[in-house]
Amino acid sequence: MKVCDVAEKFSLKPLSVADSSREITGVYIGDLLSWVMGRAESGDAWITIMSNINIVAVASLADVACIILAEGVVPDENVCITALQKGINIYTSDKTAYELAAALAQCLL
Amino acid sequence: MSEAVRFHFTVDGDDFTSAGQASVQVKKNLRTLGIAPEIIRKVSIAMYEGEINMVIHAGGGEADVLIFEDRIEIHLCDNGPGIANIDLAMQEGFSTAPDNIRSLGFGAGMGLPNMKRYSDSITIDSALGKGTKILMTVNLS
Repeated sequence: MKVCDVAEKFSLKPLSVADSSREITGVYIGDLLSWVMGRAESGDAWITIMSNINIVAVASLADVACIILAEGVVPDENVCITALQKGINIYTSDKTAYELAAALAQCLL
Repeated sequence: MSEAVRFHFTVDGDDFTSAGQASVQVKKNLRTLGIAPEIIRKVSIAMYEGEINMVIHAGGGEADVLIFEDRIEIHLCDNGPGIANIDLAMQEGFSTAPDNIRSLGFGAGMGLPNMKRYSDSITIDSALGKGTKILMTVNLS
């Protein structure tokens, strides 16, 4: 399922939309960046509450399809600007990580 | 044999917000060179962990990426405090990162283990009070 379709279906609020046509092929949840880096798969939707600038580099290097910030987390504006420049999709949602993962599972499993 | 393509980066130890820029640039360069995506992922993740370690622990350092016909080498060099116990540092979950770094999502004790996981070989030469030199190799074939 494409990032844009997931965003629309689950009312995700866009913060950086660089390539919403990317296909989401899995989900990874985590806030420890090195852990995410080592375990997330290319094409994953990465659900996290971490919102500092380093999430952009991690998302880029791990090649995730998008970052979904859970529980209404909103990063600083410079994070969104950098993400857009680096081609990283970021959305935010009031849902918890569990609720987001459960919703995504309906589309992916 | 043709000469290796080399990329050199100075890793700024004072600016944590820009940490990872060298790795992201390497990813771009490798993509431009037509390197396979899985190889790019391995190289860029291994290098990012090394880059972050240099920022967290060593006040920055130097990074060189050499691309040969059959392999990519990542050379990292810093003048930091050195690694007291390399075997311990290689264990997942072991970290000496301070709390302010942990609050940013780092310091999970996955840096060196990830560097080992995503490279085909790794050598670590570290001396207390002098610094650390790391060579990671990712095979292209």
